[in-house]
Amino acid sequence: MNGPLAALTIQQFLADQLASYGSPDRAEFIGLIAFVLAGLVHATLLISLFAVLPMVYIWMERKVAGRIQDRLGPTRVGGKFGWLQTLADGIKLIQKEDLIPASADAMIFRMSPYLATIASFAAFMVLPIADGWVGVASECGAFLILALMSLEVFGIILAGYSSGSKWALFGAMREAAQMVSYEIPMAICALIPLVIAGSLNLQVIGQMQSGGAWNWFVFHDPFAFIAFFCYFVVATASVKRAPFDLAEAESELVAGFHTEYSGFRWSIFFLAEYASMFAVSGIAVLLFLGGWETGLGFPEAMLSGIRGVGQDVPIEGFVLGNYIANIFAAKVFILKASLLVFVQIWVRWTLPRLRIDQVMTTCLKYLVPISCCLFLGAVFWPLLLASSGLERPILFGRALVPPAVASAVGGVQSRVAIGSQVGSAVATADREGTR
Amino acid sequence: MIEQLLFWVFAILTCGAAVAVVATQNVVRMAFWLIVSLGSVSALFFLLHADFLGAAQLLIYVGGTVVLLVFGVMLTASGSSVRIKTSPAEAFVGAGVGLLLLSVLLFSVTSVEWDDLESRLPTRNLSPAAIDSQREASSDADVAAAGSSVAGPAREAQAALAARTQAGRTVRQLGLGFLGLRPDQDLNRPEGEGLSSGYLLPFEIVSIHLLVVLVGAAYLARAKRRVVAGASADL
Amino acid sequence: MGGVGLEAYLIVGAILFVCGVVCMATKRNAIGVLMGVELVLNGANINFVAFSRFTPLGLDGQSFALFVVVLAAAEAAVALAIALNFYNNHTTIDVDRGNELHG
Repeated sequence: MNGPLAALTIQQFLADQLASYGSPDRAEFIGLIAFVLAGLVHATLLISLFAVLPMVYIWMERKVAGRIQDRLGPTRVGGKFGWLQTLADGIKLIQKEDLIPASADAMIFRMSPYLATIASFAAFMVLPIADGWVGVASECGAFLILALMSLEVFGIILAGYSSGSKWALFGAMREAAQMVSYEIPMAICALIPLVIAGSLNLQVIGQMQSGGAWNWFVFHDPFAFIAFFCYFVVATASVKRAPFDLAEAESELVAGFHTEYSGFRWSIFFLAEYASMFAVSGIAVLLFLGGWETGLGFPEAMLSGIRGVGQDVPIEGFVLGNYIANIFAAKVFILKASLLVFVQIWVRWTLPRLRIDQVMTTCLKYLVPISCCLFLGAVFWPLLLASSGLERPILFGRALVPPAVASAVGGVQSRVAIGSQVGSAVATADREGTR
Repeated sequence: MIEQLLFWVFAILTCGAAVAVVATQNVVRMAFWLIVSLGSVSALFFLLHADFLGAAQLLIYVGGTVVLLVFGVMLTASGSSVRIKTSPAEAFVGAGVGLLLLSVLLFSVTSVEWDDLESRLPTRNLSPAAIDSQREASSDADVAAAGSSVAGPAREAQAALAARTQAGRTVRQLGLGFLGLRPDQDLNRPEGEGLSSGYLLPFEIVSIHLLVVLVGAAYLARAKRRVVAGASADL
Repeated sequence: MGGVGLEAYLIVGAILFVCGVVCMATKRNAIGVLMGVELVLNGANINFVAFSRFTPLGLDGQSFALFVVVLAAAEAAVALAIALNFYNNHTTIDVDRGNELHG
């Protein structure tokens, strides 16, 4: 029963409840049942978050797109604002025929939407929604979530490849090149707040930014400030949103990697896409924008006052005030991340799409050097402050490069080697394809 | 019990997918099974309390190396080469030799008494697994000593929480190891014995190695067809 | 503990290793051979990490496994570049066709 696979309190609670029903000699079996039940509760909560957020975002996308194009957007299903439009879309999509082209590799064609969705969902496991509310409280959570997000590319490559269509294949190639290349500046930009915090634990990073907006890492130093915008651009590209949505460029590639998909499998690709939009925005909020804190003095003081209240609830490890404060914090977190998702939607309907070679150039020639310089600057910033006697008197800048981050740097380095090679190879292939 | 269950699930996934990699003739399906196999290996790493290594396996191996391999498949697959068949005779000989090798390995693994390894190795440190089990045993002993039914579950929960939050926390130690410090070995060491060596030099060598590979691979993979003069000069 | 012991992990590592060796030996596709190499390295890695958990060797095993992962990435990058060059010259990646240097 080792491993941080489920949070303790629900499991302990269930184990205590069940223990009163069973005989004590079957304690291990009861523990197993409690573990499985607790795991199911956690998974259900995460899955509902994973399913409901994309529904809201798809509705928001249609509404925002309508407004930007001087239309109304959906207005009929579920009231005046079309709240239930996504649900209606989903019901329609599930009823559609599940087509598999004759030239497709049927097994991989069937499996790849699930691969993409699993990778996107797995990122939700390590994303802390509020202080202590996290599926898997890993010490290297920030590293893990980047790793899990990087797996989504497989679903897309294999989907495009197995479709047996050249549009899908080209979409998949572009997508793969783009995602693998953009992960390098993404990881380097994400390293900057990790260096500031000296930890890879997303919860610790969130806690360190408490106490007001001036403690947020985005305002920590000028390099971190630029790094936030750099990260956001790169994150937009890595979840293949416009202006970087070359994988599904409908003006040239029909629909890109999901040309041959229909019905349920098509819809879960979109579920995965919108869920990863939330995930990358959530990482940005956690790393730069203070996580679940409002950033204002008054509500935070009130919440920390609440946190201790109500310890007499007869459940082990459950504090009522803490629970209420966490609900509020989770709402703040989701709201902040949704704001960033809104910006992504806004950008999509405002900016034209880049060309594939422009996308690769933006990454390899501009964003990678920029992020490297920002990283160096952020590392040297505490030295500069210390030498000029202006060092901030709080807990920042404790270690120049903390050992935890040093090993992460090593991991990122090897990704750089891979990404650059893929970039050059794909640039070659794409030039030959267009010739 | 749960650890066993998860171990069996992921061990079967790992081995089954590895066998599927060998048995499949289609390169793209091989890549798919390789993803499944390597992903399950990273799950086994998480079970072995090597959190950072599991994440690194996912990021570098599954997310990087295998993507690279799939790229290779895509860039080189032109209809006929997706399936380059192995002849049945070769497959038969390969399977035979493989089974022989496997039986040798399994024989040697099972014929060693791994249980009393602690007593035979000359180091004075305990293995992480033994430390964990000692911690659990001591918490059980505490509970037994306390004897009261009220304090029991709470104390046990605290001990379990402590053990669980400690499990897999290897990031800092690994990072210090790469910087040349070994707190996991040197802290219990008596004075005057000297410090054990870390991995600073190998870490630097690997860094340089990666840089060389980066340059070399980009050089090797560059476009070499000189089609029209000046057409490829801009990349 | 009542958990899984060292031996089970070693057996998984051995199976992975043998699969990789057979894959390297029987595949004629150069990328299939590379996949075999990855399987072999992962089998070794499982052994490293299992030894670091169940023996007093401590973190050395994990450090080694990390080096293996990183070097495997480098190896795959170079080997793939070679495979691409081979493909450019021979329009196939059948390793049996790379026999021009034999006497």
